[in-house]
Amino acid sequence: MAIIDFPCIYMVWLRDTIRYFREKSQLYGSIMRPILWLFILGIGLRGSFQVSDHLTYTQFIFPGIVAMTVIFTSIQSAVTIIWDREFGFLKEILVAPVPRTSIAIGKCLSGTTLSLIQAGIIMFLSPFVHVKIHWVSLVPLVFVVMITSFALTGVGVLIASRMSSFQGFGTIMNFVIMPMWFLSGAMFPPKDLPVWLNALVRLNPLTYGVDLMRHLLIDVNYYSPVFEVSFLFVFSAVIVALAVFSFSRSR
Amino acid sequence: MSSLPAAIQVDRLTRQYKGFVAVDHITFRVESGEVFGFLGPNGAGKTTTVNMLCTLLRPDFGAALVAGYDVEKQKAQVRKSIGIIFQDPSLDDRLTARENLRFHGIIYKVPRKQLPARIDQALDWMELKDRADDLVRNFSGGMKRRLEIARGLLHAPKVLFLDEPTIGLDPQTRNRIWEYLLKLRREHQISLFMTTHYMDEAEYCDRIAIIDRGTIIALGTPQELKVHVRNDIIDLRTSDDARAVQEIKERYGIEARADREGLQFEAANGAEFIPQLVRELSVRVESASVSRPTLDDVFLKLTGKKIRDAEASGREKLKTTVRRMGRRWR
Repeated sequence: MAIIDFPCIYMVWLRDTIRYFREKSQLYGSIMRPILWLFILGIGLRGSFQVSDHLTYTQFIFPGIVAMTVIFTSIQSAVTIIWDREFGFLKEILVAPVPRTSIAIGKCLSGTTLSLIQAGIIMFLSPFVHVKIHWVSLVPLVFVVMITSFALTGVGVLIASRMSSFQGFGTIMNFVIMPMWFLSGAMFPPKDLPVWLNALVRLNPLTYGVDLMRHLLIDVNYYSPVFEVSFLFVFSAVIVALAVFSFSRSR
Repeated sequence: MSSLPAAIQVDRLTRQYKGFVAVDHITFRVESGEVFGFLGPNGAGKTTTVNMLCTLLRPDFGAALVAGYDVEKQKAQVRKSIGIIFQDPSLDDRLTARENLRFHGIIYKVPRKQLPARIDQALDWMELKDRADDLVRNFSGGMKRRLEIARGLLHAPKVLFLDEPTIGLDPQTRNRIWEYLLKLRREHQISLFMTTHYMDEAEYCDRIAIIDRGTIIALGTPQELKVHVRNDIIDLRTSDDARAVQEIKERYGIEARADREGLQFEAANGAEFIPQLVRELSVRVESASVSRPTLDDVFLKLTGKKIRDAEASGREKLKTTVRRMGRRWR
């Protein structure tokens, strides 16, 4: 069997997309979470943190909140594989005359699509925190969200292919999503950090997603965009390849 | 033997799990258009066999051809030629019946132009047309099963595998599923391979293989298998069963089994033997009945145990409980 089977990729993608629009709870939850962080934590801390002369704390964390939406949506979308395994539907796909590689690729693409939709919704909150999105930066923004979520969905598929449902989403939340998000510099400027913390931040792909979004949304960045884009490209290629391989070897 | 190629041809197929031999050198052949039943208690190796024939599990030894294709070397062709109804549900219950069928059609490469008509036909056939656009989560167990059968047929497979197709369904629904399967067999050129542990269902099959602990212990038509139990089955209730067993052995040389429901034994001509028993036994006969052997009796005769006793009930129960809990958490 070939590696790329377009009808199979399309089916996996379409199914996730239909389910997303049908299940409103995920949609509402993923809008509620950023609102809490942005307006309660952000405004609460605004008086105590001044990042620079012309930036408020809420403006500063806005790109990080977009990144939070991306990481939650991407990984949540990928771990539906665990549910599909538990509730039997995965068997229906696994026994079909399609390569498993295409099932995993379809998952990565649906996670990317859903992240893009969710991030798009969060962008509408920008006027409330005085972040002005210039139309010129829209295309690069879409690109940054896509490459970041593609990489993160890959991380999710890699984990899901090795996990049973009983270990649960809570484990992934505590050991993957939260550490990656905290270590991305979403809530603090990634500079003047202790060496160990700096090392972890620099190894985290989400750091570069956040920094690129910051560059495009509030014109602040800590690393070179060319380096960041290259890093994300290489990282997502490697991780998605690993995820696809791992999924096709899973039971 | 038929001149048509076999639907399934299995040669010394074997599979082990950590030293435990689940399927042990089984050999059989299913003819084209045949309804073939695999009968045995839970844990006998039925699902392991189905998984190997469906290319989901690699055999450790032996070979199998399904629709003429090798299950190890021609996986894609095998998969295109078969439809499967798994023991556990495998529908997406957050999708509608029509969506489940549509996605199946897409991955099985049913031509796009034919797909809507085929979906309608499959739904119509399983009498689900009026529920086509309802979410599957609102379906009853029987409806879900019918939808799975409709889905398994959508890509016009040559062989349909059904792993315990009626498990967990009430008797009325079970009968209805069987009506559909028998209609299917009349109207389509398709072979059915099914596993069951319900004896009465096995009688619907053209031929049956009785499997116990990974090996086939008998194979034939239901009538042929019943020859294993040539005699009539006599059920007796007496004032003193233990004594009756002893007397029957001493007088007639027949081994009777006694349990709480009375005693049971075989006799060549039951109808004539009962009056004789009533006359000659020293204990009082309270009731007596004669019956022709069923596959239940065949299983009992061949394995020395009733099929119900062989059920691994504890583990099964745990599995369903855990699954139900999982559903709540979702």
